[in-house]
Amino acid sequence: MNRLRTTEPLLNVVDLRKHFPIKKGFFKKTVGHVKSVDGVDLTINAGETLGLVGESGCGKTTTARCILRAIDATQGQILYRKADGEVVDVMTLDKDPMRELRRDMQMVFQDPFASLNPRMTLLDLIAEPLLVNGICNRRERQERVAGLLEQVGLRPEYMRRFPHAFSGGQRQRIVIARALALQPRLVIADEPVSALDVSVQAQVLNLLLELQQEFGLTYLFVAHDLSVVKHICDRIAVMYVGKIVESAPTNELFHAPRHPYTSALMSAVPIADPRVRSRMTPLQGDVPSPANPPTGCHFHPRCQYAVDQCRREMPPLVHIANNHVVRCHRAADLNLPGVDDT
Amino acid sequence: MTRPTDEPLLSVRNLKTEFVLDEGTVKAVDDVSFDVHPGEVVGIVGESGCGKSATIKSVLRIIEKPGRISSGSIIFQKPGEQPVDLVTLDQRGKHMRAIRGGDIALIPQEPMAAFSPVHTIGNQLIEAIRLHQKVSKQQARDIAIERLKDVSMPNPEQSLKNYSWELSGGLRQRAMIGMALSCRPSLLIADEPTTAIDVTTQAQVLDLLRKLRQQHNSAIIFITHDLGVIAQLADHVVVMYLGRVMESAPIDDIFHRPQHPYTQALLQSIPTLKTVNRSVLPTIDGSIPHPFTRPAGCPFFNRCKDAMPGTCDRHAPEAVNVSATQLVSCFKFQSDGSMERHK
Amino acid sequence: MSAIPVNATADADPADDFDIAPNWKLVWWRFRKHKLAMVSAVILMLIALVALFPDFFSTQAPHKTNARESFIPVQGMHLFSEEGLGLHAYQVVGKRNPTTLKMEWRADGDKIIPLGFFVKGYEYSVFGLFNSSRHLIGPKDSSSRERVHFLGTDRLGRDQWSRLAHGTRVSLSIGLVAVMFSIIIGIVLGGISGYYGGWVDMVIQRLIEILQSLPPIPIWMALTASLPRDWSVEQTYFAITIILSLIGWTTLGREVRGRFLALREEDFVTAAKLSGCSQMRIIFRHMLPAFTSHIIATSTLAVPVMIINETFLSFLGLGLRPPAISWGVLLQEAQNLQSVALAPWLLLPGIAVILTVLALNILGDGLRDAADPYN
Ligand SMILES: Nc1ncnc2c1ncn2[C@@H]1O[C@H](COP(=O)(O)OP(=O)(O)OP(=O)(O)O)[C@@H](O)[C@H]1O
Ligand SMILES: Nc1ncnc2c1ncn2[C@@H]1O[C@H](COP(=O)(O)OP(=O)(O)OP(=O)(O)O)[C@@H](O)[C@H]1O
Ligand code: SF4
Ligand SMILES: [Mg+2]
Ligand SMILES: [Mg+2]
Repeated sequence: MNRLRTTEPLLNVVDLRKHFPIKKGFFKKTVGHVKSVDGVDLTINAGETLGLVGESGCGKTTTARCILRAIDATQGQILYRKADGEVVDVMTLDKDPMRELRRDMQMVFQDPFASLNPRMTLLDLIAEPLLVNGICNRRERQERVAGLLEQVGLRPEYMRRFPHAFSGGQRQRIVIARALALQPRLVIADEPVSALDVSVQAQVLNLLLELQQEFGLTYLFVAHDLSVVKHICDRIAVMYVGKIVESAPTNELFHAPRHPYTSALMSAVPIADPRVRSRMTPLQGDVPSPANPPTGCHFHPRCQYAVDQCRREMPPLVHIANNHVVRCHRAADLNLPGVDDT
Repeated sequence: MTRPTDEPLLSVRNLKTEFVLDEGTVKAVDDVSFDVHPGEVVGIVGESGCGKSATIKSVLRIIEKPGRISSGSIIFQKPGEQPVDLVTLDQRGKHMRAIRGGDIALIPQEPMAAFSPVHTIGNQLIEAIRLHQKVSKQQARDIAIERLKDVSMPNPEQSLKNYSWELSGGLRQRAMIGMALSCRPSLLIADEPTTAIDVTTQAQVLDLLRKLRQQHNSAIIFITHDLGVIAQLADHVVVMYLGRVMESAPIDDIFHRPQHPYTQALLQSIPTLKTVNRSVLPTIDGSIPHPFTRPAGCPFFNRCKDAMPGTCDRHAPEAVNVSATQLVSCFKFQSDGSMERHK
Repeated sequence: MSAIPVNATADADPADDFDIAPNWKLVWWRFRKHKLAMVSAVILMLIALVALFPDFFSTQAPHKTNARESFIPVQGMHLFSEEGLGLHAYQVVGKRNPTTLKMEWRADGDKIIPLGFFVKGYEYSVFGLFNSSRHLIGPKDSSSRERVHFLGTDRLGRDQWSRLAHGTRVSLSIGLVAVMFSIIIGIVLGGISGYYGGWVDMVIQRLIEILQSLPPIPIWMALTASLPRDWSVEQTYFAITIILSLIGWTTLGREVRGRFLALREEDFVTAAKLSGCSQMRIIFRHMLPAFTSHIIATSTLAVPVMIINETFLSFLGLGLRPPAISWGVLLQEAQNLQSVALAPWLLLPGIAVILTVLALNILGDGLRDAADPYN
């Protein structure tokens, strides 16, 4: 049951952008753009879990939705390697091939109360993807649903019930069962445990890990909780105001972050141990609005290492080690504190 | 850290608050007791719906219909003054209004809701100050600036003229804390002040609260469901589950010598920066029961690994001292004598 | 797989009613708790029965005039008489007042007309399917049947009780049909507007704004005045409903659009899209069911408005005209002060309007409160 981790990219996102127009007035004239996603580059290898972290409003959800074409991106490439080895650009796919591709990519939403249609039974909900893709007949569907329910730790007898009979954690299991119905290769989970009670978060995290082993799934795991991300991800990409600022394998990122924002983010995570109380001065200021980001490096107004160049030029995303990219002018000469987990 | 030995500022005893609804009665707070000493930060942790807000709303006497305090006492004693039982006061009476906002102040969860959008921050601060203190407008203004300085507001004079929606999230949070501090309360109650905000802003707020209690020695009741936040701030922790106190102990005991099965399981189940990558986390089975289908006996019974059928599902355990300062509400620690009494 | 945590909520096997209750059941359970709305629903059901079978509830043919019996006051029904227990009415006798020359009616305590249920009376046709002459209530002895007027008579001696029953059919059905038309227009236009957005939305929104800013009374007056005078009762009836709904759909259209806009952003709709559902399926399986209960509630609240509008138009003589019978037409009889002073019972149709409108409003409120059990 070993995970099949490869270095072959399953998904390669290149310079993804999503700009929402800001409209004003009676005639709805466009007066500007919210640059929610403004040049995101990501690579996800088959079988691995990539974490996408960042603070509220930095564009994580928008990125996830663009990749799945739940919304149409403004610009960029989303290169996906199909099971037969063919690489397609999701952005430019026509309706029919896109429908075909949807079977391969599924999403788990943050709010398990909003992502299940309350008027459908579990059977209808979980079987819907099978039904609309014309995969099997009625009886087979019922069997598949029973199997899926068991797989996510719910009793098959629950099939006739409606979502309102279930708690948040159970609903998230139902959402996961539905996402797995089409046997996808890539699952994008948008903060799948943030809305759950603390005592049931671990159940869902364990389930996600288990299912990955069993089906060789690839995850894009979106979250804002660094502890959760560190627990579950192989690699992590850090996002700030619409851009990826650093991406590295989990351990490397936590031990030797190379971007000042990554380092600050980690030091802000409250550690659940009263004997390790933070003595660091926290990062000052607020996350800027994506409608009106600062010049140069978007992080410079809050960065204690900022130099003149930072105020003028946006740093490029550069490879500084194997699998490790950083967007900072001073990445090479800074020695930043990470998390020490001894 | 040891507990101060002086008289408690607030002493909640056997508090019960319930909501009587058509479908049944929700025992939102069921026999809760805890003390808050001057200068101490007491953290109340628990998952959603366990009665954290209901507890502090009872203390502030802002429980609204169909809720009511059915029994218990809430003794509030300012140093050098007569103790008062807040439960006996008239909810809307003069005395309670003077205490609420004056001696006991609340930092609400939603900073947007705390300020009116049509008045400036300054006007609202000045008004709050003059409601509780007999000072002139100019004096109140000076005090307001002083408070904003306390919360490290950049350029306090200017921000008096701002409307709340003109401030960024972090600054609004600061202004809100400044507002709560306006009358130098001896007890500050913060209901999940950091739940809706980002980690970096949360770190700023925690830092600020830490500084405030050092400078002014104010006591704080801090409510959260985030164990990390509690660990960083509190001196004493009350762990709640379904309206009952499961464990109440000094911070170090809670995190390093937890005794109650719920506290232990909860601490193990949360991933921290130290858990091994991709390891299987110990979990707590099941989910929190709906308040209407709350199990009889110990509310944690149906999810507890150490549950003793026949005992835990029949009787409600009493709080027992496992050490001078650590109280646990679990039959594992009940001496035979008290078990007998239950039978 | 490792130990599968089972759950407390869904663990209470065998399945709770609640767990397997579909949406309409949850709505019904919540609605049941609303006592006043339940009472209203019962009242409305009775009114609807009258509207469906007005002849069965009548005692006289509604158009039958009798010049010698004009302005008979409310006669009422009685249970106890000297002859013992039994539903009956007293015969009224008229005497012309020698000075004013007006007929003065008085109940004659000696002349008892025994009343019975399911008695034989005039013959009528039920939806053109079959003929019957049974009536719910009336004099047992058919020879005296012309002498009972529970709610009195009008200027032409027509029985008001029977006319009210027939007016109920017309007024209620105009309300319902007009609302049905508005729903159709509202859902189609509102749905298109909300689902597609863009310039279509823009055009429809402006149209709604223009329609809502027009003063309705002059428009109705102009429109109804332009109806040819020689149209049959049925034609005018149909035209009036169309006119009412052409102006009345805007509120519903707005509501539907708003719901569509909100639902389009809902996670479960995105989820449906991502699992490959077609647009038709998303609209009809996921979006429409999510607000049918709201539409029903809103429409219930729209019916009384339509009824009032019809009554109002007919009262002004612009809507239905005699020989059609509606509540508005009936009230028209009570238009001048003289007849109100002389025969105040002619205002009784007004009570029917008030009762119906109130009941519909309370029912609509109850439905709206119960509509979303997931809140
Ligand atoms: N439909 C939209 N129209 C305009 N702006 C939008 C829209 N959707 C998102 N945005 C903006 O884009 C930015 C990024 O939003 P997004 O939801 O992707 O953030 P996020 O990283 O997922 O945040 P969170 O942690 O709060 O979920 C936000 O500033 C948001 O206001
Ligand atoms: N106004 C109310 N009417 C009815 N029930 C209420 C009311 N307020 C609270 N409750 C119930 O009381 C219980 C405790 O609620 P409370 O708000 O204190 O929880 P909490 O611990 O603050 O949770 P959270 O973390 O979600 O804020 C819950 O079961 C809740 O449903
Ligand atoms: S580029 Fe400059 S401002 Fe941006 S993170 Fe690096 S040092 Fe800080
Ligand atoms: Mg998001
Ligand atoms: Mg709360």
